[in-house]
Parts: sequence; C-alpha cells; structure tokens
Amino acid sequence: MFAEFLQYLFSGVTIGATYALVALGFTLVYNASHVINFAQGEFLMIGGMSTVSLLAMGVPLPLAIAMAVALAAVLGMALHKLAIAPARKADVITLIIITIGASIFLRGLAQIIWGKEFHTMPGFSAAESVNVLGAVMYTQSLWVLAVAGVMVLLLALFFTRTLMGKAILATSMNPGAARLMGIRTQFVLMLAFMLAAVLGAMAGIMVAPITLTAYDIGIMLGLKGFVAAAIGGMGSGVGAVVGGLLLGIAEAMTAGYISSDYKDAVAFLLILVILFFMPRGLFGARVAERV
Amino acid sequence: MVTKNRCPYRAVLLIVLLVCGMMTPAMAAEPIRIGALVSATGPASFLGDPELKTLELYVERINAAGGVIGRPLRLFHYDDGGNANEARNFANRLLRSDRVDLIIGGSTTGTTMAAVPLVERAGRPIISMAGALVITEPVRPWVFKTPQSDRMAAERVLADMQGRGITGIGLISGTDGFGRSGREQTLAVAADFGIQVLADQTYGPQDTDMTAQLTRIRNTPGVQAVFNFGFGQGPAIVTRNYAHLGIELPFYQSHGVASDRFLDLAGSAAEGVRLPASALLVPDALPDDDPQKQVVQDYKAAYEARWNMSVSTFGGYAYDALMLAVAAIEAAGTTDPDAVRSALEQIRDHVGVTGTFNMSADDHNGLAPESFRLLEVRDGQWVLVD
Repeated sequence: MFAEFLQYLFSGVTIGATYALVALGFTLVYNASHVINFAQGEFLMIGGMSTVSLLAMGVPLPLAIAMAVALAAVLGMALHKLAIAPARKADVITLIIITIGASIFLRGLAQIIWGKEFHTMPGFSAAESVNVLGAVMYTQSLWVLAVAGVMVLLLALFFTRTLMGKAILATSMNPGAARLMGIRTQFVLMLAFMLAAVLGAMAGIMVAPITLTAYDIGIMLGLKGFVAAAIGGMGSGVGAVVGGLLLGIAEAMTAGYISSDYKDAVAFLLILVILFFMPRGLFGARVAERV
Repeated sequence: MVTKNRCPYRAVLLIVLLVCGMMTPAMAAEPIRIGALVSATGPASFLGDPELKTLELYVERINAAGGVIGRPLRLFHYDDGGNANEARNFANRLLRSDRVDLIIGGSTTGTTMAAVPLVERAGRPIISMAGALVITEPVRPWVFKTPQSDRMAAERVLADMQGRGITGIGLISGTDGFGRSGREQTLAVAADFGIQVLADQTYGPQDTDMTAQLTRIRNTPGVQAVFNFGFGQGPAIVTRNYAHLGIELPFYQSHGVASDRFLDLAGSAAEGVRLPASALLVPDALPDDDPQKQVVQDYKAAYEARWNMSVSTFGGYAYDALMLAVAAIEAAGTTDPDAVRSALEQIRDHVGVTGTFNMSADDHNGLAPESFRLLEVRDGQWVLVD
C-alpha cells in the first residue's frame, strides 16, 4: 500500500520537477517585463533536440549540453532583438502575442531541421533506476530535481544579491523610473530573455531522457509549465517550483487512485480552486506588496 | 500577290496541325487521374509521410513502365495535416476541380470518414489507408480500405494470450482515436477468447510518464499480461516505464507501433514485447514459399533505394491501395467509376505488402487476421513467433 503511494509520488515528482523548471523560465521573463513568454516551451525543445543531434555527431555529453545551452542563449537574445525590441512601445498583450508567433516560428524551423520524429537521449547516470522502499525512481529524476533546486537557489541569489538582478526587478516595477536611474532597460530585457532561454534549454536537456524529445514537445510542457507558474503565483521562483510539483503530484495521484481519464481534469480543477481563493497564486502575494 | 504569300503560311499551319493531331493520341493519352488525401504533416505525419512517398515512387515507376491500360497515371495529392475539416475541403477539390477517377486516402480514420459522404455523393471509389473497423463495416459501396482493422489486431493478440493460458489481462490505451477504438474492440472481443480485462487504464497522447497507470495495473489481482493499444511515442514511453517498474508479466503492443522507430525509442525496454505486425517488418524471416515474400522484399528495396530511409508499415498501406486500384482498372479496362468499383469488389488472391486481399460484396477490406504476423523483440530485433 505504502509502496504504491510512494510510486505515485515519485512519478508525480518527476513530472512535477519538469513543470517546475519550465515555470521558472516563465517567472524570469515575467519578472523583467510582465510578459508571459509563450516561446518558453520551444527553448526546452531546442535544448533537448540540439543535444541529441550533437551526441549523434559524437560530441561528448557535457560539451553537447554546453553547446546546446549556448545556442539557446543566442536564440533567446535573438528573440528579444528581432521580435520583442522592435515592438517595445507596444503593450504587454501585444508582446505576449508576439511570443506566441515566435514559438510557432521556432517549432516550424525545428520541424524542417530535425524532422517530425521523436528522438531519445541516454540518461546521465549509468544506472537507470533506483529502488526506494519498494518503489522505483529514475536516476534521471534525481538529476532533474537537483538541477531544479540549484536553479531556484541561483535565481533567488541573482534577484536579491546582485545589481543586475535588482535592475531586472526595477525594470519590471517601473521601466520609466528604472531608465531615469541609468538602467538600460532594453539590455535588461534582453538579459532576461537570454536567461530564460538558458533555463528552458537546461530543463529540456534534463527531462529529454525521461520524456523523449521531438519538435513539438514544447507545446505541452510549455502549457503545463505556464499552469504551474500560475498556481505558484506569477513571478515567484519558489511558487514556480511548488506549483510544478503540486501539479505533477496531483496528476499522478489522480491517475493512480481515481482514474487516468480524469488526470488532466483534476489538474485543471486544482487551478480553478487555487486561483479562485488566491487570485495571485500560492506565492504571488509578495510580488503584489513589492508593487 | 497577297494570296500567293498567304498560301505557304496556310500550308505550314495545316501541316503543323496535322502532325500535332497525329501525335497527340500516341504521345499523351488522357491520364488516369488518381487523387490522394494524406496527412503528410501534423500529428499523423508518421502515417502520411511514407504513404505519400510510396505513391509518388510507384506512380513514377508505373508511368516509366508504360502506365495502366495504355494511359499514364497522374497523381493529385493534398496534405490535410490530420485535420478532418481540411480533408473534407480537399476531397471536394479532388472530386470537383481535379475530377479524379478515384481517391486513395485518408491516412487516418477521421480524415477518411470526413471524405466519405462527398465521395459517395460523387460516386467515385475511395481506398482508405486507415485502420478502424467503422470504415468498412457496415459496407459502403464506394469505400474500401487496405489496413487490417483494429479488431483483427486485438483478436490476433488475444488468441496468442489464450495460447499461453492467460485468462486475465490489464489494458492500457491512448485517448486518441486509434487507442480509443482499439480499446473498444479489445473489450468487445476479449470474452470470445476466455479473457477478462481486469484493469482498464488510459493515457493522453502527449503524456510523458505512465508509471502511475502501470503501477495500478500491476497491483490489480489476477492480471497475467498487459496489452497496450496506442500509436506514436506513447507506447514507447509505456514500454520504458514498464521495464523501469520491473514488471515481469508478458507485454503486448498493438500494430500501431510496428516500425523500427519503436525499437529505437523504447531501446532495451522493448525486449520480449510481442505485437501483431505486417510481414514488411520481417521480410527476410518469411519462409521462401510465402507468397508475400517477393512482394515485400521488392517494395522494401524500391522504397529504401528511392528515399534513403527505412520502410514503414504505413507506406505499405499506400502501396496496396495503389496496386489494388491499378488491378481494378486493368480488370475493368476503363476508368468508368462503376466498372472500377465492381472490379475492386471482385479482386481475389491479390498478394500485397499488408496481406493477401480477397474482396467481396460484403468485405471491402479483404484481409484475414492471419495477415498479421506475431512478432517478438529479441536482442533488439523483430523475430517471427507465429
């Protein structure tokens, strides 16, 4: 009985950690610009797919990861430079729609370059799974959790301890005032898009051995990540992680104890209930105070 | 002077016209217009892509060899992207503006069923490349199909389970059209084989982890084997999760994953998995007296040489559809739709890539469950079990 529960928990935590990593990318861009970057899922795809191609060319794993992340960083900057910056006078809704367009463009490009098929990536550790109290867990899940933890920590430090992080927050709160204080807001925005792309690519690479990867993997993971970010409270790093884990565990528990047919329904019910009672999400209140 | 000048000009014109008039019937007979409705992009692209490539390849080859009844084939093809609305629009275009003699398609049950009402109204034969039973049962006069139905796949798997003495199984299926229909057929025929479906789980086509569903099946008392009905990457993930959880029960997949792609995606987790599949997957393992051996080997060689990629079962459906159409037009000696339709119905012992077709007025598929070969994965290779 307990082993069963533990198994559902592990499978929930694995999916949840993935959602959490995607949600963190949303958080970053949102914090800088109040824009919800719907191309976030596509950076996951780019990270995973380019690592797979580099591995196939014989590049060793750590180098392949570094190169894929670098590619995503360049694309993140390009996204800002070519699509967001020219529309800097437009309001947030317009910018959000631009990111949707960019995501469709990136997906189409990936389809041409990599084709439509699914690809596999080997896990990072030799052992595929570990056995804990009668339940099994992918060793890759531990990697996902560890990377998610480190990312949250780094982001928290970045926003509270560094000038650049504070500049990003300042830009988000009042772009006009930030500019008067000598912050180059367009540069700050570009930085946020680049960091979000790096985060997305890292997430995409970490989860690829578990979920497999394809040109359109970003759609579903991107949406679920957005949902996780909304549950946790847009703009909160801790919220993104808690939201992601909550969503993943809710899905797995529903599939396990109620019915797999209602898995998605329960996840969405969760969002409705949480946002009804806490419109800013679980951890969103602090952002509201800051404003 | 003026009339004299005009005379040679008129003579030349006359000669040109005469020569042209003489050459036209010999050089370019009115082409046979074949319409194709495929899902070459979108979620069903793994079906439509090899299907379109197969049609293009064989239309080229047939034309190079002189065409059919002395007329070349002309292929009109549209990509519906797996969308039923698009399929309906394109079927309309094929029938009205391209005025095709028959249609091959669609790739999925949804796109086929969207085109069927238009095709019936226009009175043109359609040969579908989609699996579900509803396409040919009840029989519609103008509608034919080349793949085995999902019920046959379920029957093939259940019969093998029965042979192993299995009486209780767990079923896990995708919530897409293919998985849903397969689930219904499996539930409908399981009792005929003395098998009870004790656990019935589903997963979404985009899901990335099915361990919760599998854990539940494993913990259901009486389950002696697990059957996964689905296509795409879902079954590959189910297979990986199955191995990850260390479930020891016999594991069956459907024909939806019968391609080498599945072996790549599932990796070592696929070891021991059994599934019903077309002979195309094991062309060299077939005994020499198997009538399909030659057809299958030829198709595989031609496709791989032309496109430089491995064949898939789905391309085989398109091959069979085109060859059935060609056989029917040859038998009828004309492209008159009524004559072609009855010729299709009278096709007997037509050896194709998918199986041997024996059409009749009440069977517009013409395949027996035996056309599915039961395969098992051993050492990363397909092995013929039965």
